[in-house]
Amino acid sequence: MLTRRIIACLDVRDGRVVKGIQFVDLIDAGDPAALAHRHAQEGADEIVLLDITATHEGRATLLETVRRTAQSLFVPFTVGGGIRTAFDAASVFDAGADKVSINSAALADPALIGHIGASFGAQAVIVAIDARRDPESPDPVRNARVFTHGGRKDTGRTVVEWAQESEARGAGEILLTSMDSDGTRAGFDCALTAAVSSAVRIPVIASGGAGTVAHFVEVFGEGKADAALAASIFHFGVSSARSLKEELAQSGIPVRLPC
Amino acid sequence: MQVTVIDYKAGNLTSVVKALRHLGAEVTVTESSQDVAEAQRIVLPGVGHFAATAQLDDTGLTPAIREAIARGVPFLGICVGMQWLLEGSSEAPNQPGLGYFHAHCERFPEGKEKVPHVGWNTILPHTDPEGQSTRLMSGIQAAGGDNFAYFTHSYYVPAGVVFRAPATPAKEPIAAVTRYINVFASAVEHRNVFGVQFHPEKSGETGLKILRNFLELQ
Repeated sequence: MLTRRIIACLDVRDGRVVKGIQFVDLIDAGDPAALAHRHAQEGADEIVLLDITATHEGRATLLETVRRTAQSLFVPFTVGGGIRTAFDAASVFDAGADKVSINSAALADPALIGHIGASFGAQAVIVAIDARRDPESPDPVRNARVFTHGGRKDTGRTVVEWAQESEARGAGEILLTSMDSDGTRAGFDCALTAAVSSAVRIPVIASGGAGTVAHFVEVFGEGKADAALAASIFHFGVSSARSLKEELAQSGIPVRLPC
Repeated sequence: MQVTVIDYKAGNLTSVVKALRHLGAEVTVTESSQDVAEAQRIVLPGVGHFAATAQLDDTGLTPAIREAIARGVPFLGICVGMQWLLEGSSEAPNQPGLGYFHAHCERFPEGKEKVPHVGWNTILPHTDPEGQSTRLMSGIQAAGGDNFAYFTHSYYVPAGVVFRAPATPAKEPIAAVTRYINVFASAVEHRNVFGVQFHPEKSGETGLKILRNFLELQ
């Protein structure tokens, strides 16, 4: 049967993987190609590389990083961060990505989703949505809103409605990050993830808040997620995607094992 | 060994080319029917909409592929490339496929499960009465082993349908099946023609093993 996916995520700046320490410092955690290869060897179902370089000059470094990383990967490889145009997406695919993740560029120009999909296939376009609940609202989940600029700027759009529009525009998957949960290690936002997953027919990848194996069990259960991003969990006591999946299997979650 | 990968602007080929080169193949990527006429082994990838296969008709590749197949050149269709081996797909009713297999691709029905089918699912190799799997699936275990492959598609090749390739008696060319909502054909094989619905270039060691089986065919 179809299994739930554990996706290893690497944040990359200037061609190096960076690790956030309490939201402030970013320390060098190694070479993206080597780390991606290791995660794939250790059971990751897919790899996501998010470029946080945020400068236009950094594009050449990113493409070289993508090329080197793709060389030794034989599992799906998604690249996001700073993709503004169909041309940016094409360069990233050319460098070896299987899928691209777009966020603020899709909000600014939703037609971009279909443009990239027309050339590369809808399944190659992931729309990433950064979400915050609305604590003032009687229904904080239904009225959760889409944020940009690292979770600081409220776009005024609701998450469920933007996810549905993305789907209608041809997105292949939704990558949903709860900015409220991100970095807390207190669990994913399962209610929000379930609301989005129930509102669309395309897969939803959950992100933000993972700290323990139990959090993954919850997000695949009540959270109705089809996949979940794993990043900092590997720094906090879970040694590999394989060991995470072994524990998930024991809780009855269908996962790819052996891997 | 020499492999010709056909580029008909239906999605990204880089992963397919990379996987074949990793396995030691000398890969030529081409849009030219002349190159297909001289090919020793052909791979037809394909990601996206079935309608994109119109490009094969518009560029003269369709007859070149048909002739290469008739000459006995080993041919592997991947994803939309496999679907194109059939007569057509309900995704693009006005776009005929090659028609090597007499069946149509159907869309997964709407219901509880999401469509498209995305992710790692098990491939169950078909075995003959002696327990032997097909050439393409050689070494892929039926259960308990690493027999997962990566899928991403909304349309499928029905497994219950009996195919009939031209000029041969009715034959079951199913090399593997997979269950998602329905049981569907995840791989087909008949003489020198092979197809996989999943992406072997993105299916880890299992995928590489299947590609290696294709490259090592005599």
